[in-house]
Amino acid sequence: MIPAFGLLVGVVVGLLLHPTVPLWLQPYLPIAVIAALDAVFGGVRSVLDGIFDDKVFVVSFLSNVLVAAFIVYLGDQLGVGSQLSTGVVVVLGVRIFANVAAIRRHLFKA
Amino acid sequence: MAPDDRATAWQRLRRMGAPRVTRANALAGALTLALGFAIATQIQANAQTGLQGLRQDELVRVLDDVTQRSSRLDQQIRELEGQRDRLRSGADSAAAAAAQAQSRLDELSILAGTVAAKGPGIRLTIYDGGSVVRAAHLLDILQELRDAGAEVIQMGHSRIVASSYFADSGSTVSVDGTSLSRPIVVLAIGDPATLSGALKIPGGIVDTVKRLGASSTIEERSVLTIDALHPTSTPRYAAPVPEATTAPSGS
Repeated sequence: MIPAFGLLVGVVVGLLLHPTVPLWLQPYLPIAVIAALDAVFGGVRSVLDGIFDDKVFVVSFLSNVLVAAFIVYLGDQLGVGSQLSTGVVVVLGVRIFANVAAIRRHLFKA
Repeated sequence: MAPDDRATAWQRLRRMGAPRVTRANALAGALTLALGFAIATQIQANAQTGLQGLRQDELVRVLDDVTQRSSRLDQQIRELEGQRDRLRSGADSAAAAAAQAQSRLDELSILAGTVAAKGPGIRLTIYDGGSVVRAAHLLDILQELRDAGAEVIQMGHSRIVASSYFADSGSTVSVDGTSLSRPIVVLAIGDPATLSGALKIPGGIVDTVKRLGASSTIEERSVLTIDALHPTSTPRYAAPVPEATTAPSGS
């Protein structure tokens, strides 16, 4: 409940404050968001599987974000930043779809 | 938290939904709050897309696009400038043709005697007191003046053109049907020195007139105006052979 509430409050605050993304963060923020979303969906799935653990969620969330940002950074250094970003987004998207499918199967038996 | 095997997924979700204040849960809440904030921020930053949000290769692509576009526009500029120059030179050659036609018109008007003319020339006055000077002498004077390069000639009140004629009628002489009043005044535009030299040549006009018992004077003038006009007449029978006698076009 608290994480869902936090998500909502975060969106509202972001919409109200109109923050500008600092330049150094701009390449990483979208990828980090996708990675965090993957962690969130994974968390929801594990709740439904009955194996949810707060600590695991926090660690997976942070590691997802950091690894995604690191991959993008590495890609930028290697000159394949945009391709690697696309790859990361595809992988995370596939994972999100898989998690959502599992959630759906749990909730709706379909 | 112990997994409850019999609990349905909905029950599990509901149980997780109940607020439990643990350190890890609060941390998770903070993380998701950050995630929501990041989502909103990113969406807004994306909505106001500026060049600063783009990657290096995207910027290179944008630069390529702009360069191509500018070279295309440059080419367009060159084409339009060429077109403009062509149109301008066309206008120029039309103006040149008009100027040429105008100068030809002036030339022909002077030749035909339809406009007044002015320039350097001489004024020849012959005092013969009576009918000493005949048509043949006038013709000699005219030939002599033309030989000396006279461009416009007036005798008495008549402008001398290609169709002018002299006739003896009784004691007087007529030019183009108009009797010549005494003293006879001949105006000619041309180089004054050449014209007067031609008239004063030994055995020339002045000598002839003197031998006839008349006297003559020649004035050289730097500006002489000949304003006697020859009435234009449309040819009744003759037609120009090139159907339209326009000035040769310059283009």
